[in-house]
Amino acid sequence: MGANETGIIGQSVKRKEDARFLTGAGQYTDDVTLQNQTHAYFLRSPHAHAKIRAIDTSKARAAPGVIAVYTGADLEGVNGLPCGWLITSVDGTPMNEPPHPVLAKGKVRYVGDHVAMVVAETRSQAKDAAELIEVDYDVLPAVVNPVDALKPGAPQIHDEAPGNRCYTWSLGDKAAVDAAFAKAAHVTRLDLVNNRLIPNAIEPRAAVASYNRAEDAYTLYVTSQNPHVERLLMTAFVLGLPEHKVRVIAPDVGGGFGSKIYLYAEETAMVWASKRVNRPIKWAAERSESFVSDAHGRDHVTHAELALDKDGKFLAMRVQTTAAMGAYLSTFASCIPTILYATLLAGQYTTPAIHCEVTAAFTNTAPVDAYRGAGRPEATYVVERIVREAGVETGIAQDEIRRRNFIRSFPYQTPVALMYDIGDYDQTLAGATELADVKGFAARKAEAAKRGKLRGLGYASYIEACGLAPSNVAGALGARAGLFEAGQVRVHPTGSVTVFTGSHSHGQGHETTFAQIVAGRLGIPVDNVDIVHGDTGRVLFGMGTYGSRSLAVGGTAIVKALDKVVAKGKKIAAHLLEAAEADIEFEDGKFTVAGTDRSKTFAEIALTAYVPHNYPLDKLEPGLDETAFYDPTNFTYPAGTHICEVEVDPDTGVVQVVNFSACDDFGNIINPMIVEGQVHGGLAQGIGQALLENCVYDADSGQLLTGSYMDYAMPRADDLPSFKVTTRVTPCTHNPLGAKGCGEAGAIGSPAALMNAVLDALAPLGVRHLDMPASPHRVWQAIQSAKAAA
Amino acid sequence: MYEVEYQQARSVADAATLLAKTGGKALAGGQSLIAAMKLRLAQPGTLVDLSGIAELQGIRREGDAIVIGAMTRHADIASSAEVKRAVPALAALAEGIGDRQVRNMGTIGGSIANNDPAADWPAALVALGATVVTGKRRIVAGDFFKGMYETALADDEIITAVSFPVPKKAAYAKFPNPASRFALVGVFVAQLPDGSVRVAVTGAAPAVFRASGIEAALARSFTAEAARAVAVDASRLNADLHASAAYRAHLVSVMASRAVAACG
Ligand SMILES: Cc1cc2nc3c(=O)[nH]c(=O)nc-3n(C[C@H](O)[C@H](O)[C@H](O)COP(=O)(O)OP(=O)(O)OC[C@H]3O[C@@H](n4cnc5c(N)ncnc54)[C@H](O)[C@@H]3O)c2cc1C
Repeated sequence: MGANETGIIGQSVKRKEDARFLTGAGQYTDDVTLQNQTHAYFLRSPHAHAKIRAIDTSKARAAPGVIAVYTGADLEGVNGLPCGWLITSVDGTPMNEPPHPVLAKGKVRYVGDHVAMVVAETRSQAKDAAELIEVDYDVLPAVVNPVDALKPGAPQIHDEAPGNRCYTWSLGDKAAVDAAFAKAAHVTRLDLVNNRLIPNAIEPRAAVASYNRAEDAYTLYVTSQNPHVERLLMTAFVLGLPEHKVRVIAPDVGGGFGSKIYLYAEETAMVWASKRVNRPIKWAAERSESFVSDAHGRDHVTHAELALDKDGKFLAMRVQTTAAMGAYLSTFASCIPTILYATLLAGQYTTPAIHCEVTAAFTNTAPVDAYRGAGRPEATYVVERIVREAGVETGIAQDEIRRRNFIRSFPYQTPVALMYDIGDYDQTLAGATELADVKGFAARKAEAAKRGKLRGLGYASYIEACGLAPSNVAGALGARAGLFEAGQVRVHPTGSVTVFTGSHSHGQGHETTFAQIVAGRLGIPVDNVDIVHGDTGRVLFGMGTYGSRSLAVGGTAIVKALDKVVAKGKKIAAHLLEAAEADIEFEDGKFTVAGTDRSKTFAEIALTAYVPHNYPLDKLEPGLDETAFYDPTNFTYPAGTHICEVEVDPDTGVVQVVNFSACDDFGNIINPMIVEGQVHGGLAQGIGQALLENCVYDADSGQLLTGSYMDYAMPRADDLPSFKVTTRVTPCTHNPLGAKGCGEAGAIGSPAALMNAVLDALAPLGVRHLDMPASPHRVWQAIQSAKAAA
Repeated sequence: MYEVEYQQARSVADAATLLAKTGGKALAGGQSLIAAMKLRLAQPGTLVDLSGIAELQGIRREGDAIVIGAMTRHADIASSAEVKRAVPALAALAEGIGDRQVRNMGTIGGSIANNDPAADWPAALVALGATVVTGKRRIVAGDFFKGMYETALADDEIITAVSFPVPKKAAYAKFPNPASRFALVGVFVAQLPDGSVRVAVTGAAPAVFRASGIEAALARSFTAEAARAVAVDASRLNADLHASAAYRAHLVSVMASRAVAACG
């Protein structure tokens, strides 16, 4: 970054968006009320797996206030919901892609599957009428666990997917791995479950769809992280509508964590129906609907093996994972346990050979897709759990076994397809060690022992691949979309600026961070910059926000557009100052002829562009409004070390997180306060997964047993310690911001750090293994089993 | 939600008449009832709001007892100087219910009428030998709680107050369900004025019960160790996602011992 870009960059500017959020002025989808609006309610399947013999909607249609009732049979000509990533199996066949109907056709496949849509004058009328729909179900046996689903004789969920298999995919050199294991001095083996999670964004999904007869066009307000992708998928793949006739607006969105990336059935059916009823239709999920129908996360069952030489150097790793897809393929479901998982199994280590095989299974559950971290937390969990185990088995200290295997020369080509551009893992490990006061741990442990408590320390040195993604690489790996980003910088005649970005902010603070980038580059106050996002009618295009990509990719698109603004500004300044364009320098908001004091302010240049009285009209167009598309050349690789300290009450099994230290390398940082907030949120979610959260379906009935906060344990403030976080910087080498992304790191490193800490605490009692979440009951049971075995 | 008639009662007699006439339900803090209505697990046609009835409010000392009006909010019990002086364990129990919003709305009368198997108040009532006062009669706590969500109340019978005899010593130890933070196991231990010991357990079984084994052990030696040493029979305890019956049984003696320790 040049000298003129410092100043506001790196400052903890207060979030511009917070004034409206904190005063209740945010505009969420459910705040949108259109004239003459109707309300939708979706009748959902009460069964995990059943044939639909018949649906009788006549009573519902006659109920008060009802305008229309639709079932799958009404949606003739409407295609199923698409999956955006084609995975090819080891045997060369494409993955099995069964249809994902917008409203169930012939069968329901999970509790919550959408069966019918009622449109009525009010929400309660729609809901009352839905209770009058008579569905004749022939209930079938269900299977909810992905390993069980692949067993012979398991209930068959889709005709198109024999044995419930979606694909079996692999990555890495199996022969090299086998050879390395054959000469290993030590092999560590581990079986793990990565527990299924329910996203629980604070704002449930919602939509308002309307049709304008005069323009033959549709407008959809929807809780989405990527409105352009939503529109593209909905128009081109499902409804067959012209893309330019549909405007998708994702206004303020109250959290997504991945769950609002996808094209869902509800809004698709509503857009379709809005023309038929010729009135706007609104729907907002009740919390119970969110539990059963938002795409869930994780749900892996894994066997892993790590081969080491006599000095504790990793020789090879072998991983077999069974991943649940749920009942249907959600938008990006197929790439999460493959492309975003197996590629991260090198972690921060020089392991020369890695092989990973993933089998994806359909189950009678809600679809599974990306959830904060998406594949990378699962990979980190495997790597960091087995590294701990290897350290314990070989007697090498936890920090030492990591250091012995760190990658230290960059760029580094991993055996699982990625090329790390830069990093300094010793630095982040040292930073975390210091924050965590590892030196004082023995004394703290002894003090806890006096109180009858067990203390443990756990490490996780994680890496992630963010800034998705080079489109050509993604395409070669099966992506059915590009992964660039678009940015537009519109300079107004008075020199204030509106930026249009294809990224979407739903908690990330883009309105501030992006404004800082622009203000820093143009030398204007942050308050003179507004960021517009989330509207296909105003923003030219965008791939949206997920995978910690907004700053690295979306921010870079803005930088590229700024480059064009400055270049054009120089041309205008050269004309006004009667100097050669090459002699114009731009710094601190001023265009100056090099070596002189002759200059024009940015505002003067902006005004000239729009009032071109003295202007090189023969060579240059008036106006100052520039657009750029940016397609990254590589992923970015945020990395760091998290150290967790826990105290376990052996009498009750209660685990208390007493210290959590994170030292992260996110590359250059624009707004440290926002970054810290992102880390805090991520840590809370990761600790939530490891300590509390668990989505459970009944193995026989397929009913969701954790369908409310009475049974699904979310992390609360008092479950968490005061986090200690810090950063180290190795700037990303391939984007001009040097930024890597920080949105997911917290959730990626923390589950392994926490579980390693619990296992460390329980080691004296002989406990060797524990799956997440480390609930009091599970911990107590593990202690009892260890006692019984002793 | 769905549409429902709303009536405000002016007196206990008025409320009883309205309930009998409409077949509706009494509305106290709404913290259980409204949630059940949202889920359509309860669908009363009429709600009879008790919040305007003066005689259901307030906390007072009556001789050797603390009397708490049915419509007294958990938060008011938690902060009551009278309660803290006479039976601090009751204030502490109230402070441990739900979150601030729930405590500001939820009432002791609503909680015991609802008789959720994991609610906290039933343990206090049974351990202290409290009396439930209704518009019609007085019911001792041991006879009031019948089974899961079941009480001795008739449909149009309204709880007006709960009378707690002041004990020598008492404490409540709650092990919260990690998700709901209701009691996974809650144990209320009380040493009564006559020296007898009562131990009531909530959360562990379909309804509140007295842990007679622990009571006997504590009668011999009122120590944490004595309570901890008792092996509780798991055979009739609840088993669910959050805890097996064996774990609950174990927690009963652990929480009992912690309550005894807290008795001082
Ligand atoms: C998030 C949350 C957390 C909670 N956590 C806890 C917890 O940790 N521990 C705990 O014990 N409870 C907990 N509760 C329940 C809470 O204590 C409720 O307040 C209580 O169960 C019901 O009291 P209420 O005043 O809200 O009654 P309402 O919900 O209004 O009524 C409940 C039932 O009692 C009947 N009723 C009410 N008053 C009377 C009366 N005077 N006479 C006869 N019938 C009457 C009603 O008709 C209804 O059937 C929690 C609730 C919530 C929402």
